[in-house]
Amino acid sequence: MTARDDIDAVEADSVTPIRDDPSALRLMMRNRGVFWGGMLLAVMVMIALFGPLLTGDPIALNPIKRLKPPSGELFFGSDFLGRDIFARVVYGARISLVVGLAVAAISVAIGLFIGMIAGYIRILDGIIMRVMDGLMAIPAILLAIALISLSGATLTTVIIAITIPEIPRVVRLVRSVVLTVRDEPYVEAAIAAGSRLPLILHRHILPNTIAPLIVQATYICGSAMLTESILGFLGAGIPPEIPSWGNIMSEGRTYFQISPWIIFFPGIALAMTVLAVNVMGDGLRDTLDPRVARKM
Amino acid sequence: MLRYILIRILATIPVMVIVAAFVFLMLRLSPGDPASVIAGDYATAEDIARIREKLGLNEPILVQFVNWIGQLLRGDLGTSIFSNLPVTTLIGQRLEPTLLLTLTTILFTVIVAVPLGTLAAWKSGTLIDRFVMLFSVGGFSVPVFVLGYILIYVLAMTLKVLPVQGYRSPFEHGLGPFLWHMVLPTLTLSVIFIALIARMTRASVIEVLQEDYIRTARAKGQSEFTILLRHGLRNAAVPIVTVIGIGIALLIGGVVVTESVYNIPGLGRLVLDAVQSRDYPIIQGLILFFSFVYILINLLIDLSYPLFDPRIRY
Amino acid sequence: MTASADPVLDIRGLTVRLPEGADRAHAIEDVSFSVNRGEIVCVVGESGSGKSVTAFTVMGLIPRRELTPVAGEIMLEGDDLLKQRPRRLRQLRGERMAMIFQEPMTALNPVMKAGEQIGEMLEIHTSLRGEARKERVIRAMDEVGLPDPASMYDAYPHQLSGGQRQRIMIAMALSLEPALLIADEPTTALDVTTQARILDLMKDIQRRHGMGVMFITHDFGVVAEIADRVVVMQHGKVVEQGRAEDILQNPQHPYTRMLIGSVPGLVPPDRPLRGHGEPALSTIGLNKVYGSKGLFGTGRVVHAAKDVDLVVQRGETLGVVGESGSGKSTVARCIVRLVDPTDGEMTISGTDIARIGEGALRPHRRDIQIVFQDPYRSLNPRCTIGQSITEGPMNFGIGKAEATDRARELMRVVGLSPDALDRFPHQFSGGQRQRICIARALAMEPKVLIADEAVSALDVSVQAQVLDLLDDVREKFDLAMLFITHDLRVAAQICDRIMVMQHGVVVEQGRTRDIYMNPQHPYTEQLLLAAPGRDTTFLSAG
Repeated sequence: MTARDDIDAVEADSVTPIRDDPSALRLMMRNRGVFWGGMLLAVMVMIALFGPLLTGDPIALNPIKRLKPPSGELFFGSDFLGRDIFARVVYGARISLVVGLAVAAISVAIGLFIGMIAGYIRILDGIIMRVMDGLMAIPAILLAIALISLSGATLTTVIIAITIPEIPRVVRLVRSVVLTVRDEPYVEAAIAAGSRLPLILHRHILPNTIAPLIVQATYICGSAMLTESILGFLGAGIPPEIPSWGNIMSEGRTYFQISPWIIFFPGIALAMTVLAVNVMGDGLRDTLDPRVARKM
Repeated sequence: MLRYILIRILATIPVMVIVAAFVFLMLRLSPGDPASVIAGDYATAEDIARIREKLGLNEPILVQFVNWIGQLLRGDLGTSIFSNLPVTTLIGQRLEPTLLLTLTTILFTVIVAVPLGTLAAWKSGTLIDRFVMLFSVGGFSVPVFVLGYILIYVLAMTLKVLPVQGYRSPFEHGLGPFLWHMVLPTLTLSVIFIALIARMTRASVIEVLQEDYIRTARAKGQSEFTILLRHGLRNAAVPIVTVIGIGIALLIGGVVVTESVYNIPGLGRLVLDAVQSRDYPIIQGLILFFSFVYILINLLIDLSYPLFDPRIRY
Repeated sequence: MTASADPVLDIRGLTVRLPEGADRAHAIEDVSFSVNRGEIVCVVGESGSGKSVTAFTVMGLIPRRELTPVAGEIMLEGDDLLKQRPRRLRQLRGERMAMIFQEPMTALNPVMKAGEQIGEMLEIHTSLRGEARKERVIRAMDEVGLPDPASMYDAYPHQLSGGQRQRIMIAMALSLEPALLIADEPTTALDVTTQARILDLMKDIQRRHGMGVMFITHDFGVVAEIADRVVVMQHGKVVEQGRAEDILQNPQHPYTRMLIGSVPGLVPPDRPLRGHGEPALSTIGLNKVYGSKGLFGTGRVVHAAKDVDLVVQRGETLGVVGESGSGKSTVARCIVRLVDPTDGEMTISGTDIARIGEGALRPHRRDIQIVFQDPYRSLNPRCTIGQSITEGPMNFGIGKAEATDRARELMRVVGLSPDALDRFPHQFSGGQRQRICIARALAMEPKVLIADEAVSALDVSVQAQVLDLLDDVREKFDLAMLFITHDLRVAAQICDRIMVMQHGVVVEQGRTRDIYMNPQHPYTEQLLLAAPGRDTTFLSAG
């Protein structure tokens, strides 16, 4: 889902440059959202990194213990093949985080590049923005489903399929920052001082995009994890043999009325992770952009 | 005024062409042979050849594109491989539940989210505001289907006050059963939408409340509540309406999931069935359909701006 | 107007606390003054003096969480405003005290009809409804001199000019005949000719209604124009108050003396022309047209500059004077090639640079440098002062060490410590930033320096210093200076020659003294007549 980016898309037209403060990092950590969101996210990352080493095998079948409710032995119960849900959920954290981070990184990188071009080269601006409008009109989930069904479901194609619909939102954000900043008197002074385009972009314009992009990246990360799980849930995501949270929940649908825990535990894990990312994003937004802080 | 409408309408044409071109290229540029992708895993060589012929994939790409655009202009969104029915027919069969679910959701959302966001803006910084923001960030974080199952578990399975799943058409079964079955899906689908609209309403109203003319209204001795509604909310209308339009994209994604959770035979189920049977033309047709609907809704919203803000006029 | 001792407003010992972490403890401290019925009291001060906080505290429009009145009382016709309940305070606002604001552009609700916004005042405080109310509104609009009030009733604010909007605000404020009118810099955002008309209107209305007026301003010209009494504030305290003539002609407090002494005189000094040699810069038939034909052939076209011919020699200052929309800044931006001229020639060192490409233009960029109006946006907040100053020279192949040495030297020239090169812009005041911008321009060793409203955003005392600096560097580096301004006083003092622009056209140009003493064009005459306080000679003027 991409709600958060949509807010940005609406607000993007009025982004102000952000003041750089030497104490920005300290301010950031003092923000409750950044602190608690960051802590929770750190815990999730630790679980993803080291968890699978400590739990049982997430794909080992155990036909005797099928659809068992949570217990001291099986913390989260077992699924219809008797697999340990706890082990699967712990392993699934890896998939979710990899997808979230990869989508955020790739879409920001590509969006930054295209957005700078659109903001600074007038002839291309119209064309690029029409293409972005077109891309934004296509529902993200359907676009991802189509891309995956054309190229086959692997971790890579899922990441690409989720990334593409996120790019236009980054482009719009970057472009609006560029358009605002390029009219600042200090940029005009640099033009008058004979500075060439690369220097102007690098020294005067690019730094203004960093803070809003960091915020945007956290929101993209959260929404990418949600999209990945939806794709998995619909059976259009990562191959079912990989225990991603979406896949675990997809398999639990049939047994929901008798074994709801199959869906609830990965659902809670996913919601907690996305919440951590979003809360951190809100906190970053408050500290990095004082103008929006007043608003949001 | 007429000029404004005309320019707006004309401006949507390039966007629609880009959507069509993108969908067209997506199939042609995908790795592997599009015909065999469409034909599915168990297709014979003859099947693939037949599909290639049917889709005109043997023609030069430019001819294909012209044919494609011509086809779209005639309202042809393609043909299903399995049922051999036109995609438009399939959409027609499944449109009603999706349309009604979307309408109840938008209605419910606006009724809840706009007052909620306005209240949060008015009481900005207080406990009420914090609660609304917490709800909002939570709404963005819980996957739609997990929320759906939680609601089913609590309200339908444990408390047994609402039906678990299913859909009753208001035209066959009457309004009562229809609404009865719509409560849970609408709630489920609304949460993320409410989170979005309430947040945007709050942000816009807070910004408007800092404008100079709010101070002018206070200097007149106007009461805070009237200032909030007459000067605050009215000036925040354009961004709120805009985000409702953009939120439609979000809603379309949510509909697919919600319908599959509640077993509603709408367009979302059509997507899911198409995914399971690898019926690519249906997915493609639905992408085009939803995109065009999205563009049209946003066109209508653009056209409504002058109603909210007299400055927007040509 | 003689003031009877009948205070409408009596402020006694008012102190308002600032939130913790502010640069001082109190926004205003122990402020006492009164406004009598039938008099205009001007509260004068520079930014940060607390004059606006005082006004907003009286109206009860300050955010109480941030600014808390901790001592004193504000008596409005016998009621202590600080002790009133919110409901009663709302009633008093509008009925017994009203306020008009600085920015007529933003003070009116953009989605409400102008007449309805005046009507809202009557809706809140009276039982007038329907046609009766509308009639009252139209009468009020008529009184403030709005043309065709019946049809203007239905106009939206964006369809009105700045002056008209301010008249709407005045009509609104006066509609219930309040005893006290507070005006917070009501003419600062207006053009000088509009300002003169609004000031006339306020004087006229005040005389007719006999209310007390508290008039906040930073402009001693305006004070001379309308004040009966003057209150001078500095750093949140009242430093001096008294009758307008006394304060203007015989100020006692050193701060007041300094303020009044900084007001540039309207009489240009009699001095020989200082320009010499070949023209450093000249334009012939310079045109700039904004906007193009739209999709349907009826796009809006603005002819921002029409056939502008100008010549500046080294050593002299050419003033370009005009109101907003006159095209004076467009000319400046064309010359620096921040925008491309549509047509015409622009010659510097024998090369026409009007239409040449960026590559060919680049070597010439060194020769023309510009200082902008807004000191807060003219320096990249992320770059040190040193980086900002050395960027230009380093673009032209000068080594970092050499450029830095030059920057240190220039910092001394503009009156700042060379050690400040490592600091960031936010550590400097507005005036200091303008000095840094001048140093940045000088680092390029230009032939032509353009000052685009370079002192307009500064307080009057700082303004005088920066003007002196500009004149010094013109002398020292033998610059040709193009001085863009809307302020006739500033132009009178610094410019050798003047060019008056209106609607993109140069209506008159000549020696400054000739133009001020004997204007030829009616518009020039109108501008000079509109200059506030032109009949008053300030202390050190001239």
